[in-house]
Amino acid sequence: MTSPAATPFRHRHLLGIDDLSPDEISALLDLSDEYVDLNRRPEKKLSRLRGRTQINLFFETSTRTKTSFELAGKRLGADVINMSVEGSAIKKGETLIDTAMTLNAMQPDVMVIRHSDSGAADLLSQKVNGSVINAGDGSHAHPTQALLDALTIRRRLGHLQGLTVAICGDILHSRVARSNIQLFGKMGALVRVVAPPTLLPAAVGRLGVEVHHDMVSGLKNADIVMMLRLQSERMKGAFVPSIREYFRYYGLDRDKLAHAKPDALIMHPGPMNRGVEIDTEVADDINRSVIREQVEMGVAVRMACLDALVHQQLEQPAEAAAR
Amino acid sequence: MTQKVAYTNARLLDPATAMDTRGDVLTVDGAIADVGSLFPDGVPDDCAKVDCTGHCLAPGLIDMMAALGEPGREHKETIAAGTRAAAAGGITTVVASPDTRPIMDEIALVEFLERQAQSSGVVKVLPTATITKGMAGQEMTEIGLLAEAGAVLFTDCYRSIANPQVLRRALSYASTFDALIAHHTEVPELVGDGVMNDGETATRLGLGGIPGAAETIMLERDLRIVELTGGRYHAASISTANSVAAMKHAKEKGLRVTCGVAPYHFALNENEVGHYRTFAKVSPPLRSETDREAIVSGLVDGTIDIIASHHRPEDPEAKRLPFAQAAYGAVGLETLFLVGLELHHKGQLPLLDLLARLTIGPANILGLPQGRLKREAPADLVIFNPATPARIDAATFQSKSKNSPFDQRPVQGRVLRTVVAGATVFEAS
Repeated sequence: MTSPAATPFRHRHLLGIDDLSPDEISALLDLSDEYVDLNRRPEKKLSRLRGRTQINLFFETSTRTKTSFELAGKRLGADVINMSVEGSAIKKGETLIDTAMTLNAMQPDVMVIRHSDSGAADLLSQKVNGSVINAGDGSHAHPTQALLDALTIRRRLGHLQGLTVAICGDILHSRVARSNIQLFGKMGALVRVVAPPTLLPAAVGRLGVEVHHDMVSGLKNADIVMMLRLQSERMKGAFVPSIREYFRYYGLDRDKLAHAKPDALIMHPGPMNRGVEIDTEVADDINRSVIREQVEMGVAVRMACLDALVHQQLEQPAEAAAR
Repeated sequence: MTQKVAYTNARLLDPATAMDTRGDVLTVDGAIADVGSLFPDGVPDDCAKVDCTGHCLAPGLIDMMAALGEPGREHKETIAAGTRAAAAGGITTVVASPDTRPIMDEIALVEFLERQAQSSGVVKVLPTATITKGMAGQEMTEIGLLAEAGAVLFTDCYRSIANPQVLRRALSYASTFDALIAHHTEVPELVGDGVMNDGETATRLGLGGIPGAAETIMLERDLRIVELTGGRYHAASISTANSVAAMKHAKEKGLRVTCGVAPYHFALNENEVGHYRTFAKVSPPLRSETDREAIVSGLVDGTIDIIASHHRPEDPEAKRLPFAQAAYGAVGLETLFLVGLELHHKGQLPLLDLLARLTIGPANILGLPQGRLKREAPADLVIFNPATPARIDAATFQSKSKNSPFDQRPVQGRVLRTVVAGATVFEAS
């Protein structure tokens, strides 16, 4: 089998969705599809990143994203090292830049960074020689999450163009929301944000989305209902009066979901707060909820991103196709 | 031995008297001895001669707020470096911010600064003190004694006094000594975790936003308190259209209030933050384009009395951080005048009006004899060419810190010579 002609991917880093064109997004998703197939086989290991070093630099706790990146790198044959804040010198007063420069001296090909400050991945990318993948920076961006969400939807519904995507909950603090707003906007979907005004950034209307403050109008005829996690420290009177009140007006349950299209998909970037932003019955509905699938897509999307950045092109992995 | 210097063949600019004419200035020792067409028969032999070759000569600039690093922050700035920077920027008097370590709230510290300025400063340095002890916003400092020791104004720098009763008492008490209270107006709770203007850029970047109302609400509160107490009040740095309107209204009511701006608030807007440029992180934050335009209008119609550099030197370690963690502030001594001149070149502010905001404006607020070209005034002068094309280059700054949002900006104008008390302290090479 012959590989289709490779599409150049001229990005050194993946910091956000805004640098990507719709064609590049589609090509990344195509490549991800290949990796989904690969990941479902018993023998999952490739050698496309053999000899390459990937450092996962996590300044914020994360289970699924870190594991997902680690698996992605290992399945492509890279040497993967995980660094989390507990074991790093940051706590001894070393700055992000110092840590980055130190690790850079060890010649990693890819650094995957998660940090609680918006812009941390941008800052890191200015100081290192290899590629930087943003695995979530503050409230700014989480591009691989947006890509895996898009892949999940595309595989279920066949396309993204023309869909109505309702993103609900804590938009203000959410990097997932910002990256998804950009990605779905670029791919021709209609994006709605649904939240109380206290959980929306000031100029959210300028991002090309419809703004809704109630779930009934926000979910009306939606194809996709994407719920965001509400951080517990943001409840208790600060942004919303109580969990009880939040769930009543913004938690996803059967009644509210009834306003969306009958076959609307339910998504959540995880980890879920059952009974806060989403009802257990809805979250576990195997016909509607694609939350587990999102996790599976995550590994494939991260493999595609690693592959594309390291090789500076998007092509079907020949080894996989040959099997 | 008397030192006489004749500055000949100059375009004399003095906003105090609206003078814009060809002529000469004679200084004898530290004072101006005469101004006008002085040497029809040539400069007498006992005078040193500086031929201005037709360039502009104006009173030296007075910068109403700049951090000079001493004591305690010498790694960011020193009086020696900071005053050399001032001289290079045409500034002859610098009002030193009390944001020092320890914080300048004691007479001994004011006296320390005066001694340091005497020994290592190349321009005049005027001390200030905080309004409250430790800038904690609670107990007021010894305003009377500190003023006697030389503090020309009282400010808690970039901290706002949240408790209105504290500000009320400070203003009321300070009025006894006719002391000036300069206040940074931001409601701390509305600033919250905000680090830049609350708008589209903050939304896109995922940064916490500071609404313009945080500033205007406290400014309006302050103006009500001034109505109650009297006293002299100066809003140190305003940045929004609503604040300009509030100041205008207060002045129309006849309150004794003044206000100032920093150059970045009339020259830049929030877009300057771009991709997390920490050199564009200032306090109050860079605002929307609408606000920026309102600041220009406020300068044009005189609502805004003065322009101050708000020089806030920061070392690379304080700025090479994720945006939210990075320090606020920008250096400004060397760019104050050059960026100000943009208003003149754009036809927004006549040259004399611009100079007024930088000379007689602050002189009047502070009650200083300098800032004017007249007999017996201090011989503090700046000679400049407003038209020379140039590019701001932070690498060449005299200041110890280089955190300028104006680095590499093309400008027009060049300071040729700066004179303090009759002696040249800077000359362009």
